[in-house]
Amino acid sequence: MPHLSRAALTALVLATGFLALFPLWGDTFYIRFVTKIMVYALFAMSLDLLVGYAGLVSLGHAAFFGIAVYAVAGLVNKAGVTSAFVLLPAALGASAMAAAAIGWLSIRTSGVYFIMITLALAQMLFYFFNDQKYWGGTDGMNIDQRPTLALGDLTLLNFGSRLQLYYLALACLAGAFVLLAVLLRSPFGHALVGIRANEGRMRALGYDVQRVKLIAFVIAGTLAGLAGFLEAARSTFATPALLGWHESGHVLVLVILGGMGTLYGPVLGAFVVLLLEDYFATLTDRWLLIMGVFVIAVVMFLPDGLAGLFRRVASLARGRGRSAGDG
Amino acid sequence: MADAMLETRGLSRRFGGLAAVQDVSLAVARGKVHAIVGPNGAGKTTLINLLSGDLRPSDGKVSYQGSDITGWPAHRVAQAGIGRSYQKTNVFREFTALENCALAAEARLPRLHLFRAAATFRETAARAERALALCSLETRRETRAASLSYGEQRQLELAMMLATEPQLLLLDEPLAGMGPEESARVVDLLKRLAADHTMVMIEHDMDAVFAIADTITVMVNGSVLASGAPQAIRANREVQRAYLGEDAA
Amino acid sequence: MSLSYFLIQTLNGVQYGFLLFLVASGLTLVFGIMGVINLAHGAFYMVGAYLAWWFARATGSFVLAVLLALPITVLLGLLIERFGIRHLYARDHLHQVLFTYGLILILNEVQRVVFGNDVHGVAIPPLLAGSLPLTEAQSYPIYRLFISVACVAVAGALYLVIQRTRLGMVIRAGSTHREMVAALGFDIGRLFMVVFGLGVALAAFAGMIAAPVNTVYPGMGDQILIISFVVVVIGGIGSIKGAFVGAMLVGIADTYGRVLLPTGAGVVVYAVMALVLLWRPQGLFGRMA
Repeated sequence: MPHLSRAALTALVLATGFLALFPLWGDTFYIRFVTKIMVYALFAMSLDLLVGYAGLVSLGHAAFFGIAVYAVAGLVNKAGVTSAFVLLPAALGASAMAAAAIGWLSIRTSGVYFIMITLALAQMLFYFFNDQKYWGGTDGMNIDQRPTLALGDLTLLNFGSRLQLYYLALACLAGAFVLLAVLLRSPFGHALVGIRANEGRMRALGYDVQRVKLIAFVIAGTLAGLAGFLEAARSTFATPALLGWHESGHVLVLVILGGMGTLYGPVLGAFVVLLLEDYFATLTDRWLLIMGVFVIAVVMFLPDGLAGLFRRVASLARGRGRSAGDG
Repeated sequence: MADAMLETRGLSRRFGGLAAVQDVSLAVARGKVHAIVGPNGAGKTTLINLLSGDLRPSDGKVSYQGSDITGWPAHRVAQAGIGRSYQKTNVFREFTALENCALAAEARLPRLHLFRAAATFRETAARAERALALCSLETRRETRAASLSYGEQRQLELAMMLATEPQLLLLDEPLAGMGPEESARVVDLLKRLAADHTMVMIEHDMDAVFAIADTITVMVNGSVLASGAPQAIRANREVQRAYLGEDAA
Repeated sequence: MSLSYFLIQTLNGVQYGFLLFLVASGLTLVFGIMGVINLAHGAFYMVGAYLAWWFARATGSFVLAVLLALPITVLLGLLIERFGIRHLYARDHLHQVLFTYGLILILNEVQRVVFGNDVHGVAIPPLLAGSLPLTEAQSYPIYRLFISVACVAVAGALYLVIQRTRLGMVIRAGSTHREMVAALGFDIGRLFMVVFGLGVALAAFAGMIAAPVNTVYPGMGDQILIISFVVVVIGGIGSIKGAFVGAMLVGIADTYGRVLLPTGAGVVVYAVMALVLLWRPQGLFGRMA
């Protein structure tokens, strides 16, 4: 079961401090860009709860991200609601409900079946938004206004300020990190890790495996919804591609490259992959080609991700040749 | 039987056309050790799987403490107080011995806690420790299960079951593959457990069976050949011919 | 809805079903035998279609184009198996998913670089270009019937291979047990290569013969991949029979969905899948894990 070493804790504190202070010298472009990265880091972290801890490889996770964006878009554009007091619960609720429905159908299966079913059900939501003119069809739609957060005349948070949005994203990311860390230390977290290791044994011990998995699925979907809410506030644009399976594949790449089964891995993965993508895009219009090669290289040469690489380096440094295993 | 803790009636399980267990009716008396013996392929493990909820019966009924548990999923059966151990060691290899038992003990928390750290449940931790101590593994508590010896892994298998504090134990060959010394230790443990548990035990080691069991059921080809007290079974001609005789030869 | 209109839609649905069967059977075969989940399966459909379009334009003959494009696509598939996927057999499905996802990114981009972003039509071979009159006002294109006939022929051949050959015995057993494969005289590496090649051939052939009806366009592989997943999930993973039933169900449901529910057409097949899953989580002909 996972424990945080002192070195990892130090690195974590340093990284958080760096992110908190970054706007002091970062220019506008990078403040915006790092905000986006943090949104995707949160999204990836939510998927890691499923892939890295519960052993549930979902290829439809973008559905919960995208549906939150559409929940915001719908309320703002169609109902004129802009208060975050309404938008945030609505976005999280939409994601949680979608996750409960899709999870309920898919967790009864496992392995490749689970992969295919999550993909197909997420794609159903994709087509729902893609086919309907009401939701803007394939082109998507602009969200007319950013969310507002005010008590009477007092503005608590200005979503139009890129600095405030930056810190909101950072706070959400840190909050999600703490929440997941708490969950993973609880009996629920232990049950998840046990289920990944040996589902049948967990049943024999008396664990309601399906229920534990469904709870994990809904939590992960809801956190993806939080990322989706931030994405809506950040980009003010809803497009079906956000729910599409390329997006689901993309976020899976973030998790794997960073290192699944660790909370910092997906964050690391988001930073590395999004920065690389940005760099590749300056080289050529065909940057997806390079990404494809990159993804394949990661699978072939870095299957445990950057976190695995760090662990190997660390254990070599400590003079122990043997790896710590994957449990 | 009036004081049967576990009872099956006409229990059957078919795989395709093959009947692995056929029309088995058993009554396991409260507080007693009920051994199930028989040649390989007699359907003993399938029977255990039917009792534990790992398999659903094709036919027949299972009742436990008076309530019908036929077709209950495995986790519900376990929650009802029926623990099982496996013939093939089935522990969490990457976890330490203590973590294995803690995971088992946490299964009995009245509800699934999401936000409270597992380590703060004192009673659960104590239960895990007790189970380890009962199986003489307290000195190995911080050792990864994969690094334990084979015999120790078998003991851990039992400790995990005990950490869930079951009333009825389903033991699938607890002595399988053990050396004489380890075997004696586990037989001793089983004797102690017999004082306050009801047990259903599959075992090939006939010396151990005769030493522990109150009742013996002999299975052949999925059906019950004979059932009764050890002396009666030992004396049973049919059993000698079909099973004991072969084994002794 | 007139009867002949109904008939035409049914024919369209069945024809689409046959096509889906070719693609989905390849997918389910590769998974059933090799235990590999191949997201790039749709990409081979696309590669086959684009090569057929290109060769048809260069040579002027669609038949010749198919004869040239099929072996090239299979060769590409075999190279990918040899240098990539072969190293992932023992790995987690997760790595297979990512690897083949990477392949999709590459193949999609290569397609755009080489063939551009345009949609291209493929001329129907003159011999099959006509239509059969159904009523005075309506007729049915011969080429669509030809697609069904071609698919039936391939399905029949597949059936014979599975029922009558030693390769088929292995496939029927759905087994990758080394002892059994060895006992039947197969080298497991060779077997996997053959099965993977067969899967690629089925996908590519489907892409080729569909091209005159569906045109060739960027992203066509993604669309067919996901719909094939739906087929396989409905039918049960690893089951050829399931792939057939699932394909027909999806083909017909999709076709009628487009006619009856134009704005919700995309969702219909997924709703069918969800219903099947509620009833049988392992698919219609799937074995419970």
